Amino acid sequence: MIQAKGIHKSFKENRVLNGVDVHFNRGQANLIIGSSGSGKTVFLKTILGLHQPDQGQIIYDGEVLSEMSKQRAKKLRQEIGMLFQGGALFDSMTVAQNIRFPLEMFSELTAHQMDERVKFVMNRVRLEGADSKFPSEISGGMQKRVSIARAISMSPKYLFCDEPNSGLDPETAIVIDQLIHEITHEFDMTTIVNTHDMNSVLEIGDHVIFMKGGHKVWEGNSSEVLKSTNEDVEEYVFRSKLFKQVRQALR
Amino acid sequence: MITNFFEGIGAYGILLTKVFRKPDRWKLFYRSTIKEIHLLGIDSIGIVVILSVFMGAIVTIQTAFQLSDDPLIPTYYIAMATRESITLEFSPTVVSLILAGKVGSNIASSLGTMRVSEQIDALEVMGVNSANFLILPKIIAQLFFNPLLILMSMFLGLWGGAMAGDLLGLIAFQESISGYQLEFIVFENVIYGLIKSIVYAFIIGSVSAYCGYTVKGGAVEVGIASTNAVVRSCLVIILSNYVLTDLLLN
Repeated sequence: MIQAKGIHKSFKENRVLNGVDVHFNRGQANLIIGSSGSGKTVFLKTILGLHQPDQGQIIYDGEVLSEMSKQRAKKLRQEIGMLFQGGALFDSMTVAQNIRFPLEMFSELTAHQMDERVKFVMNRVRLEGADSKFPSEISGGMQKRVSIARAISMSPKYLFCDEPNSGLDPETAIVIDQLIHEITHEFDMTTIVNTHDMNSVLEIGDHVIFMKGGHKVWEGNSSEVLKSTNEDVEEYVFRSKLFKQVRQALR
Repeated sequence: MITNFFEGIGAYGILLTKVFRKPDRWKLFYRSTIKEIHLLGIDSIGIVVILSVFMGAIVTIQTAFQLSDDPLIPTYYIAMATRESITLEFSPTVVSLILAGKVGSNIASSLGTMRVSEQIDALEVMGVNSANFLILPKIIAQLFFNPLLILMSMFLGLWGGAMAGDLLGLIAFQESISGYQLEFIVFENVIYGLIKSIVYAFIIGSVSAYCGYTVKGGAVEVGIASTNAVVRSCLVIILSNYVLTDLLLN
C-alpha cells in the first residue's frame, strides 16, 4: 500500500499540489484522473520520489520515503516498475535487451535464468518473436507492452503508469488496460495509473481518484464515477456526447 | 546572466559528483565504455586522418613560403618549424576543437534525446545513477582515445607535411624527416601535446554531457543543447589552452 499524506508542491510561484491525501491499495488498479494541469503528473512523480514534496509524506508500506536511508531508497526503486507515457524504451537496445536491463543491473540471476525470465515476461505481455527488434521497428502498442514487460521483469511490488493509452488506437488501448489490470491482480501489486481516458476508468478502475487544481476532489470506483453527484466529476466525466447519453440512460 | 553563469558552474560541479561514483555493475560499465570508445573514438579516426594530413601539408607550405625569401636559412628549418606547429598546437588543439564539434554534439544530442524521451527518468526510477551510467563511460572513452587520436594526428600531420613539401618541391622528403628529428625533445614535442589532449578530452566529454543531460523541453531544446555543447566546449578548450601553454612552457 502507498499512502500520500498532505502533499504540497510548488514550482516557484506556481502551486501545483495543495495538500493531497490518498491511500493507494494493494492488488488494485488505482487510477488518478483529472484535466491537464490538475497536478496528476506532478503528484505521480512526487510519489515516485522524482520530486521532493514541500510538505507532507509519502509512505510505502509503512516506511516514509523521505526518511529512508539511501540504500533503502535504492532498494525500493528496484521494487517499482514504471510505464512512461512515451514508453521510454532505450532506443539503442533491442526489445529483449530492454527487458533484460533491470535484471542485469540489479539481480543476481545467471544468464540462463535471465533469459528464462525475459522469455516469461515477453510471453506474459504477448510479445513473442519481437525480442531482436529495436523500439523504432515496432508499433506504439507493442512499445507499451515492452515497457510493461520491462516494468514487471523484476517482479515489482508497485507499478506506476503515466498515461498508458496516449497515442494508441481504442482497441490497443483496451488491450493495454486489460494487461495492466491482469498483472496487478496476478502479481498482487499496488498499481497507480495516471490517465485522461474514461474508457480506462470504466474498464479497470478499482479505485479512482479525481484531481482538480492540485486537490483530490473525489474518490470512488469505476461504477460510482458515473453516478457521482460531484459537480467537477460530472463536468469531467460527461464532457463527451457518448457519456452524456450514458448518463441519460442511467437516469 | 552572471547568476546563470555561476548557477551553471555549480550545476556542472554537482553533476560531476554524481558522475564520478562507483558503477553499479562493472560488467555493464565495461560494455558501455567499449561501445563509447567505438562511437566516439574509432568513428572519429577518418576525420582526424584527413584533417591531420592536410593540416601538415598546409603548415609546410605556409612555413616554406615565409622562409623561402632568405637563402641563408637552411631548408630543414621548414620541417623543424612545421614539427613545432603541429605537435605543440595544431594536433592537440585544432584536432580537439574539431572533435568538440563532432563528438560534443553527438554526446549532447544523444543525452538530450534520452532526457526528453524520459529514458533518463526511466533509469532514475529503476534506481540507476543515470549520470554515472551514461556519462562516465563517455568521459572514460574520451580520456582513453583522445590522446591516441592526437598522437596519430601528430604523426600524420608530419607525414602530410613531408609529402606536400616533396611533391611541391619545397623540401625533400628525407630532409623533412631529418628536420623533424633535429632538436626533438620528447616532453616538449609529445608529452606536452598529450597532457593537453587529456585535459581537452575531459572538457569535451564533461561539458557536452552537462549540456545534453540538463536539457528541458523537446526537440528544439535538444538542438540548442547540441549547439551549446560545441560552443562551450570550444570556449573552455581555448581558455584552458592559454592556461596550459603558460603552465607547461614557462
